[in-house]
Amino acid sequence: MDPEIPVLSIADLGILREVDVSGNDILVTITPTYSGCPAMDTIQQDIRKVLLKNGFEHVKINQVLSPAWTSDWMSTSGKEKLEAYGIAAPAFSNGCALAETGTDAPDHCPLCHSKNIEMISRFGSTSCKALYRCLDCREPFDYFKCH
Amino acid sequence: MDPRSAYIIHLADNALILGHRNSEWTGHGPVLEQDIALSNIALDLIGQSRNLYQLAAKKINTLSPEKNPVTEDDLAYLRDVSEFKNALLLEQPNGDWAKTILRQFYFSHFLLLQYAALLNSKEPGLAAISEKSIKETRYHVKWSSEWVCRLGDGTGESHNRMLNALDQLNPWVPELFIAADYDRAAVESGCGVDPAGLKQNWLETVNKVLETATLPLYPAEKKEGFILSGKNGFHSEHLGYILSEMQFLQRAYPGCEW
Repeated sequence: MDPEIPVLSIADLGILREVDVSGNDILVTITPTYSGCPAMDTIQQDIRKVLLKNGFEHVKINQVLSPAWTSDWMSTSGKEKLEAYGIAAPAFSNGCALAETGTDAPDHCPLCHSKNIEMISRFGSTSCKALYRCLDCREPFDYFKCH
Repeated sequence: MDPRSAYIIHLADNALILGHRNSEWTGHGPVLEQDIALSNIALDLIGQSRNLYQLAAKKINTLSPEKNPVTEDDLAYLRDVSEFKNALLLEQPNGDWAKTILRQFYFSHFLLLQYAALLNSKEPGLAAISEKSIKETRYHVKWSSEWVCRLGDGTGESHNRMLNALDQLNPWVPELFIAADYDRAAVESGCGVDPAGLKQNWLETVNKVLETATLPLYPAEKKEGFILSGKNGFHSEHLGYILSEMQFLQRAYPGCEW
């Protein structure tokens, strides 16, 4: 589970890239969402704990940077869970280049579904999010950026 | 040190020192949202520097298997001022919000071009880090460019502060585009990029924003009044203060973890 967004599993997020099992040994390959994401260390520890508890003797966790993680790898069920949790899901596929043009934005408020929203800040409480507000229900909300 | 490790450490030092400077704003930003924004940018840069230091440590250890292996922490926390290879622009004090924004703006535009060129690096680790980092840098470019416009084309006060920031920071910009020996070696081996080759594109994108911001453009042919070279380890007095704060814990309590 992502420690910052506890409704998403690492598979939902798309950071789990590969699992290789041979006997009691297991090699797990993961990739970070953002270079400085502090959740990665916690995620690695959690993976190790769960696997050791489930009988694996040798757990190896490999971190790769390429191909670079993209929000396109987030599963459909992951996006639904995000919205239900109150975070707007990435609105575009292949949207990472939109950061430069500033056109990456959520379509609607995840709380009341109004399309009448505005950006507060391009950066939010974690690296992967931006901050928006709904002009109808007046609630602020996070947007999981296209990346 | 071999030139390839030096080149990677130079890239890492740039990211670490600017990341550290930005982190000094944490808790002091003009409004909460922008405090968070700059702290996020600091986090991205420090994350990028970690990846680069890890890669450099791997190179150093492969080349000198007989020596005690170095780690990313040794490189960040146990080198002294003259061993740091960051550009002088990045160690300049934060000043006011305008100066911090302008420094980020100048460097993010440079870094975007540098990472784009490094996508084709023959050093696979460097290409992978660039592929990852370029996405984050796009946000930094967008954010800092928007702020340059907001301040430059804002009130009389904000415009004047930007003029002051230009006066203070422009002298430090030329160094970004001057190749050090390790840059030249990296270009020759196909691992790196010649910073001088990035200048034209940098000028075009930066000046487009400065024009929108109603600010004086960065001069295409700038007379270089004085050149120290942080990239070669000759730093301003400011880096010493940064390191004494950043490295204190590891110097006082070697190997300390929490």
